[in-house]
Amino acid sequence: MLLPFLHENYRLSCQRSFLYPSISPLKKQVCFSIFYKVSKFSYKKLNIFKIDISFSGKLLFIENECHNHYHYIKLANICQLEPPVGGIMKKRYLISILIILSFTSIFIGVKEISPLDILNLNEDKIQILLLSRLPRLVSIIAAGMGMSISGLIMQQITQNKFVSPTTAATIDSAKLGILISLILFSSAGSLIKMLISFTFALGGSFLFLGILKKIKYKNAIIVPLLGMMVGSVIDSITTFFAYKYDLVQNISSWMQGNFSMVIKGRYELLYISIPLLVIAFLYANQFTLAGMGEDFSKNLGLNYNRVVGIGISIVALISSVVVITVGRIPFLGLIIPNIVTMYQGDNLKKSIFPTALLGALFLLLCDILGRIIIYPYEISIGLTVGVLGSFIFLYLILRRNS
Amino acid sequence: MKEKKKIYFLGVILIILFSLFIFMGLNDRNLGYALPLRIAKITAIILTGSAIGFSSTIFQTITNNRILTPSVLGLDSLYLFIQTFIVFIFGSSFLATSSGSFNFILSIGLMALFSLVIFKLLFKKQGNNIFFLLLLGLVFGTFFQSISSFMQVLIDPNEFLIVQNKMFASFNNVNTKILWLALLISFLSVGYTYKYLSSLDVLSLGRENAINLGIDYDKVVKKMLIVISILVSVSTALVGPITFLGLLVVNLSREFIKTYKHKYLIIGSMLLGSSFLVGGQLIAERIINFSTPISVIINFIGGIYFIYLLLKEEKI
Repeated sequence: MLLPFLHENYRLSCQRSFLYPSISPLKKQVCFSIFYKVSKFSYKKLNIFKIDISFSGKLLFIENECHNHYHYIKLANICQLEPPVGGIMKKRYLISILIILSFTSIFIGVKEISPLDILNLNEDKIQILLLSRLPRLVSIIAAGMGMSISGLIMQQITQNKFVSPTTAATIDSAKLGILISLILFSSAGSLIKMLISFTFALGGSFLFLGILKKIKYKNAIIVPLLGMMVGSVIDSITTFFAYKYDLVQNISSWMQGNFSMVIKGRYELLYISIPLLVIAFLYANQFTLAGMGEDFSKNLGLNYNRVVGIGISIVALISSVVVITVGRIPFLGLIIPNIVTMYQGDNLKKSIFPTALLGALFLLLCDILGRIIIYPYEISIGLTVGVLGSFIFLYLILRRNS
Repeated sequence: MKEKKKIYFLGVILIILFSLFIFMGLNDRNLGYALPLRIAKITAIILTGSAIGFSSTIFQTITNNRILTPSVLGLDSLYLFIQTFIVFIFGSSFLATSSGSFNFILSIGLMALFSLVIFKLLFKKQGNNIFFLLLLGLVFGTFFQSISSFMQVLIDPNEFLIVQNKMFASFNNVNTKILWLALLISFLSVGYTYKYLSSLDVLSLGRENAINLGIDYDKVVKKMLIVISILVSVSTALVGPITFLGLLVVNLSREFIKTYKHKYLIIGSMLLGSSFLVGGQLIAERIINFSTPISVIINFIGGIYFIYLLLKEEKI
């Protein structure tokens, strides 16, 4: 990357720019190398700089301090918007892997259908494909995209990399909503249940954001801790009533993520998340701005409250739809956005698509693994995502820390 | 002197709650039956409350923060995982027939081992990274939770009831044999800590200062960590997980006594922890008639108090 304010004999290259919890979720570290132009085609590496900047572009720390601060801030902001594209995060790779996995997923199951059968499908096999395999595939992709995008939006709005619907009271509130609908409207259809749990999820998320806004001293830990606290207060209310009405195991099975129950007629609610994803894509730029903080984004002419409202509504709606149809899928909203931002930076316009793809990809992979490991039985998706996700995340943190 | 007076005040409150608990509704007809039961129960309650208060205070001093407690590390989920696993593999009859001390020792052993591994991981990385700690806790918590909820769905609903009893802290079926064992272990670990109390005051100044002042930092921290993991395991294995009690109690005690001397802080948190549990148990038994586990009450009150604390404080 050539920068206009540098002397033409110098060249700067941004090596990595990431924002990651092990440094601090509120700041970003950017690494530069400075090159000196020796001849027309060769450069000599002079120095490496590491700088930390905060979300609003304030310079926090420079390793190897020597040049004008202003340049670094500008540099960092430019790099923030255009980080190097990591190899595996290229869209075409992600898409092609997703397509391969989707095909694999269709042909895995108790009833054997091989890819060769496509040419001469009998009635039976068409039924299997249409009633079970395709709905399952669609719901996995929709849920994977939805949950990871929800996490991404949540993290932008709260400016914190630890926040996801699971740690921000959204899922806990949705759970309370399900319980209420089980107690009061036990015979109601899943649409009513979804609406009730959506209302609760929305309320819970706004409660969390409202409290968050009032807290003066925010740091990286307090924000998710507060989310977990609000979540646990709501959860204790849920447990109180669940215990009273003997619904603890019932709720537990509602919350257990499971795609094996997805058949035609039971999963269609998930289609609601598709227009929501489109809205999320359209608002990507606004979310990026909102992620720079309320004052900063208002200065830039953003209707902050409206954007936050839209973001939280999308998150709450997607979360409750996924919880109702599939169950709770741990971790997806936390790790996928974190992995993608490590490679892609924080510009939502750039990272939102890979996040959605990687979320769907990861969930699909977990589902296929769960179906293969103890074939012909199945391991539930919550388990595979939880275990695999824990390991991946742990590996990433440990590697980053060392 | 001021601190001492406050400690006495807390002590008096505990004694009042204690006598309320023991003597309420007691008459000469049910004396022989109820008294031993109640004494066993209240011993368990006070033991748990003290263990939680004690370990949380030391943990916060060592890690130099005021918002995390040992239970954040995912120990609760590990405990649930062990219980679910036992029921899943051996069936509930195993928990019913074996005297319980085997299960107790097994749980303590595994949990202590696990926390030591985490602490090792944590303290090997210098710089006392709290982010890392919280993340590890989150990751392990989710890990164990997903395995146990998978098993919980698979097991028979009747067996699940056994697990459900273990899922929520409860003082209603304290096994006296375990109680003596737990008392013994706790007294040993508390006695062991006694001579380090003054070192803890210095430790709260931070790693560099403590080393400057002549404390063998790594050694003391390591020893304290072992004590913490044993105490946390004892209290969880004795009655079940009470996530937010430690946080609540330590912060309240700091707020109330306003001192940095661990001699007072620790006693204060132990007294507060016990009073909270006795009070909560009184509410659960007398006011809402056992309709909910005590941990739900504690989590509810504790969570709200914590949020209030965050809203009020400029800086934690």
